[in-house]
Amino acid sequence: MPDVLKFHFDVDGSDFSSAGEASVLVKKKLRQLGYPADIIRKVSIAMYEGEINMVIHANGGTADVEVGEKDITIILKDEGPGIPDISLAMQEGYSTARENIRVLGFGAGMGLPNMKKYTDSMDIDTVIGKGTTITMKVNL
Amino acid sequence: MSKEYNSPGGHDCSSGYKHSVSLDVSKCKGCTTCLKRCPTEAIRIKDGHAVINSSRCIDCGECIRVCQYKAKKATHDDLSVINNYKYTVALPAPSLYGQFDNLDNIGYIIQGLLDLGFDDVFEVACAAELVSAYTRLYIKRSNVKKPVISSACPVITRIISMNYPYLCENIMPILAPVDIAAYLAREKVHKEHPEIDDKDIGIIFISPCPAKVSYVKNNFAGERNYISATVSVRDIYFALLDVMKKREGEEPPDLTETGIIGLGWASTGGEATAIFNQRYLAADGIENCIRVLDQIDNSDITNLDFVELGACAGGCVGGAMTIANPYIAQARLQSLKHYLPVSKNRPASEWIPDIFFNENTVTYNPYNLLSSDRQKAMQMMSKIEEIGEKLPKTDCGSCGAPTCMAFAEDIVKGEATADNCTVIMRQLFNEFLNNEHVVSVLKDYSVGADNKSDQITEVCDDAAE
Repeated sequence: MPDVLKFHFDVDGSDFSSAGEASVLVKKKLRQLGYPADIIRKVSIAMYEGEINMVIHANGGTADVEVGEKDITIILKDEGPGIPDISLAMQEGYSTARENIRVLGFGAGMGLPNMKKYTDSMDIDTVIGKGTTITMKVNL
Repeated sequence: MSKEYNSPGGHDCSSGYKHSVSLDVSKCKGCTTCLKRCPTEAIRIKDGHAVINSSRCIDCGECIRVCQYKAKKATHDDLSVINNYKYTVALPAPSLYGQFDNLDNIGYIIQGLLDLGFDDVFEVACAAELVSAYTRLYIKRSNVKKPVISSACPVITRIISMNYPYLCENIMPILAPVDIAAYLAREKVHKEHPEIDDKDIGIIFISPCPAKVSYVKNNFAGERNYISATVSVRDIYFALLDVMKKREGEEPPDLTETGIIGLGWASTGGEATAIFNQRYLAADGIENCIRVLDQIDNSDITNLDFVELGACAGGCVGGAMTIANPYIAQARLQSLKHYLPVSKNRPASEWIPDIFFNENTVTYNPYNLLSSDRQKAMQMMSKIEEIGEKLPKTDCGSCGAPTCMAFAEDIVKGEATADNCTVIMRQLFNEFLNNEHVVSVLKDYSVGADNKSDQITEVCDDAAE
């Protein structure tokens, strides 16, 4: 019996239409495992927002999901520009997304706030010019 | 049928759900066309033919549309069903009107239905206009979860109940137009012919879609199911051609009771535009609808009041039990609208009567649980991932499953064995042929073209020793 079930996804940075695919796949797997609707929703939204962020700001990255006994961990890793001011980025409505991304309906400044809102813990490890790793946990 | 199967129509009958998409095993070649197109991965090829997993099938009719051998069929009542009742009312779906070439007046169709032996006709489009009015009222309620999702397409409500627990509440709880039409038609008979017993009244729905047949068969409208039988637009179309021909040249009878809104329901966007509110989304085609639902589920589409989703391309005119190309049907409906008012049917009240609410609300019913024991489910999932990694990821379908991952799942569930994978088997065979001993034996036999298979068998026997 594995203690932790792990899933790995590559998030393609070049394509907006495929952003969110990993989140849909995780949702399907969690349904198969029989998790309750609210847990699935939390993981799915947090992951979806994270995926979109990686596509908008960091040209993609990787998403790892670990399903444990007590919690579900989502680790999003990118090699993007990093987040200069985390507290500013955490404000609802604040966005550095370019206009051409906003016209697509993204960049509303709700990504990070939503990720925090739907998870029980969120840790941001960011280095300017190197990349960002966000670790989120949803308690079971 | 060449073989006996314990389940009708190639269904495994595990869920108790009554389906209306079925398979003629004798026509099925076991090709992978439907396998690859099924949006819920409900089909497997076993023993050379397709098998539909009942608990996954959403009756969307995709497999009926794509089967080149016509092995997939929609099951529905035969036209002769009208002989079972003393008094029958036809309930034509508006999509029926788009099937006829050069038709300039709906009255010809209504007259045709009467000529076919129906005692009365109640157009579903009329009830659709009422539903549009009720939808406008319902959306304005303050306690309603937005976006309100249309309940008209039964494929959509079924897939929401299977996959989207959070969206179940968004489904509009008002009965679909056909249910309201059936209720009103039945009431009308009771009023005009009080001498006729309820059981002798046949309310016959003329449906473009197999999912509606299932909807009726499974009693999704609960106690409020007033439909007696469902026949197909296709069957009615051919029967109508004959009777309509006989009246050629006659003045069109002024019989239609519907306006533009009612007709609009037959194609994508018709229902949504009738809410008179720009905050709507209308999509069609099952794959597109699934994508839209995924995004709504992630709260990614905001500022929407209403969502109309139709599983068939083009909307109901694209149903698997129609004749005409959906876009041509839509163009014909367009031209029929020119002489109609916007709407002919308005509700008597500014509130929605209780009787028009569906008693059966849509509830989450996960269909693909690996095991009810979480530990066991985790174990199985881990095994699925492990096996999935080893599979070729060609998704060729030769094993009988639509994708390599679905195959891995089947193996873990004990529904398939790894040797069904032709790619793996070929690899093993090649390894076997390259085995030193086998190579030397092969040389001795100098395998020729004539009796190759016999010799290979011998080689295999030798190698086994």
